[in-house]
Order: sequence, then C-alpha cells, then structure tokens
Amino acid sequence: MIALLDYGAGNVGSVLKAVRYLGFPAEVVSDPPQLLAAEKIILPGQGHFGNMLKALAAKGALDALRQALAAGKPYLGICLGLQALYEGSEEAPEIAGLGIVPGRVRRFEGIFKVPHIGWNQLVIRPGSTLFRGVAEDSFVYYCHSYYAPVTEETAARTEYGSPFAAAIEDGPIWAVQFHPEKSGEVGLQVLRNFLES
Amino acid sequence: MLAKRIIPCLDCKDGRVVKGIQFVNLRDAGDPAELAEMYNREGADELVMLDISASREGRDTLMETVNRVARKLFIPLTVGGGVRTIEDARRLLTAGSDKVSLNTAAVLHPELVHELAERFGSQAIVVAIDARRPKAVGGDATSPLQPAAKDSGGGPPWKVVIYAGTQETELEAVEWARQVESLGAGEILLTSMDTDGTQAGFDCELTATVSRAVHIPVIASGGAGRLEHFADVFLRGAADAALAASIFHYGQHTIRSLKESLRGRGIPVRL
Repeated sequence: MIALLDYGAGNVGSVLKAVRYLGFPAEVVSDPPQLLAAEKIILPGQGHFGNMLKALAAKGALDALRQALAAGKPYLGICLGLQALYEGSEEAPEIAGLGIVPGRVRRFEGIFKVPHIGWNQLVIRPGSTLFRGVAEDSFVYYCHSYYAPVTEETAARTEYGSPFAAAIEDGPIWAVQFHPEKSGEVGLQVLRNFLES
Repeated sequence: MLAKRIIPCLDCKDGRVVKGIQFVNLRDAGDPAELAEMYNREGADELVMLDISASREGRDTLMETVNRVARKLFIPLTVGGGVRTIEDARRLLTAGSDKVSLNTAAVLHPELVHELAERFGSQAIVVAIDARRPKAVGGDATSPLQPAAKDSGGGPPWKVVIYAGTQETELEAVEWARQVESLGAGEILLTSMDTDGTQAGFDCELTATVSRAVHIPVIASGGAGRLEHFADVFLRGAADAALAASIFHYGQHTIRSLKESLRGRGIPVRL
C-alpha cells in the first residue's frame, strides 16, 4: 500500500486521485503505525514549512517518517515534502528540517514575481530513475515562494532567477519541488516511475 | 524558462457549458468534462470554470461538474462564480478544484480574501478583478487599444465593477490589485470590461499597469479575437497568462496553433 501522509493542510486529494488513476492502491494516513506499515510513502506538502513540520511532529508522524527513511523505505516528497528534507528554511528559521540533504531552503530574491507560479523547464541529470521516460527541457507546474539549493542529491534543476533543486534522488529518497499531480503527462510519468520503482 | 500560460475558460450554467457548443467532434459539446479533456489534450496550461448559475440547484450541479471535470484532469483547475464564504471555497476545493476565484465577494468583504488565504494557502486563492475605464466627461471613453503606458503609475483611473459588470464601484482597479495582493491573493484574474466580448484585443495598457504594480501573477482576460492579441498582451501587456473563451470554443484557433505562433514570436510557451 502507498501511504499519502496527511498533516491537514496539504493537497492530498489531488495526489491521491493521480496515484489511483495510475492504478496503484493508496490510502491517506496520518498516524505513525500506518505510516510504518506502508510499502511506500508520499508526502504532498503545501503551505508553510514551519506549520507542516510542527503538525507532523505533533502527530508523532515526524519521528515515524525519520524511522521509515532510515530503514530505506521508498519516499516521494512533493513541494514542501522536498523542502522538509533539508536542514531548515528561511520561512521558519527556528524549525529544523529532516537534515537528510545539506543546505537550507531560501526565499526567491531579486526577481519580481514571487511566488514562482506556472510551467517551467527541467534540466535533468543523466541516468536519473525518477525522470526515466521524461524528455530534457520538459515543462512541469510550480507554485512556491521558497526554493532549495542545488546539491549532489539534485536529480534535476530549474531556473528562476537562479538555478534551484527541481528534484532530489538519494537512494530510495526522492522528492520534487513541482507538482507532478498537476504537470500533465510529464507529471504522471514521474509518479509512475516512483510507483513502479 | 517560465512559460506564459494559455488558459481556456468554460462558462457553465446548470452543469452545461453555455458557449462553445459548435464543436462537431465531441459527443456532447455542452459537457464541461468533455471540453476540459479536449483542451487538456490540446495543451492548455490550466482551466478556468466560471459558474453563472443563479439557482441553488445550479450550484449543487456545479459540485458534481467540478468533480467530473477534475477526475481525469492533471493540470490546475480554477473554479469561480458565486464564491461568498469559506464553506463555498472548501466545497469547491474538496470537489477537485485547485484554486477558487472570487470577485464581488472580495470587494464587499475584503477580509474574506485574507481568511481564505490563511485557511487554504495563497496558491489556492485567485481574485478576479473586472475593470472599466470611466467615461470621460463630455466625450467618449479613452480608447482601450492605445499603446501601453511605460510608467506603471500611469494610465486612466480604471474602476472596479462588480455583479458581473453591472455595478460600478469607487474602487480604483490598480489600488485594489495592490490591496488583494497584501490580503494574500495568489494570482489576479484581470478582465477589461471595455474589451470583453469585442474580440478586438486585450486591454494591454490596463494589464501592464496592474501587472507592474503587483508581485503576483496577472492573468489577462477580455478581448481575445486573433492570435496576435495574445502576443500583444504578453509583450506589451506584461501579462503572466492569458485567458480566453470564444476564440477557442468556436474552433477559430486551437491552443496548439496559438502556442506555435507565440513561440515564433520568441515568447516562451509549453509545447
């Protein structure tokens, strides 16, 4: 079973719809035992970095998530689900991230229109499994004001003012800053790659 | 590069699309779900559904329609028309809409924009602004088709109109746009009531003035009749996205042919 981790403010519904459309069984879960029992975990995040991590911690889901990730359970983070993997974010400096990827999430600066809303292009790292079957320069749908830095774990980057991490691939831990559930065929292919991996 | 978005709009009443019934290649051209699927295939970047039902029955049908449209749609969907309360917005978002658009209710109760943004996030809140040039005293209204103002503070003092364009307010459109941004709106859907329905081109001056006054994306609407109008509103109007209904519904142009022509003009589009 695929667990969609719900913390009360995410876009769980549309991700659930996409996963089921692709023919995979999925459930919305929020308590630790269900999370630990899942085959794979998707964290569709939306909203505020600090609020999400606080809500997850309050439910005990944050510790369960750490445990699951340490045990090598496949994970797909979406939007805030990507940002949570970093050490922290300018959006809530007092709240620690999971610290799996080095660096901190920052606000877009020196660019007129923030949030970054709309379709932007991917520069994909060769050999990426997450982007198998996705053409270079493909467009995906974004909606965010904070971005994660490009690191060794970056599987694809996108340019908005400067390059940022569009996706992470670190062993079984995958994440995307864009919304695969809103990115048409390209997005569905990314979801399929995770679900079939 | 961030693409300029092309957004077809479905005007719905009692669960049926009220424009665009001339498509012959659809089994049921008045069915919003069929049209949505066709636009998705053609490469629409998002979809907007505006409900113009007046009755309660019509509103209940809307939820079903949204659900049906959203089921197989994997691009953003915005629904507007008659959103007056947090509960209205919640029902639409639960039914499968990604964003809700509000217009008259935002003008009457600006705090609603703030409450909705707090509750559902700015990314889910679009404020639709209908703007009109005031009639010049002792003469005609200024032509909406004159070149864009270079200075973001320039241009005539467009007024906000509400109740589907039937009632003018004292609100100044550019000022109102700044205000909805600070209230937490994620995007502005800007319709020129001077150009709407004319097919004579978008109001580039209005669009550029508003787009340069705010930091959130502005979707231009009203007046699309030819492919060049879209290039105009992106180049001169500084629009982030353009919305149109008739030009696509009546099959005059496909979204793909529009995007190809835009790309030919050097405008970034998703193809």
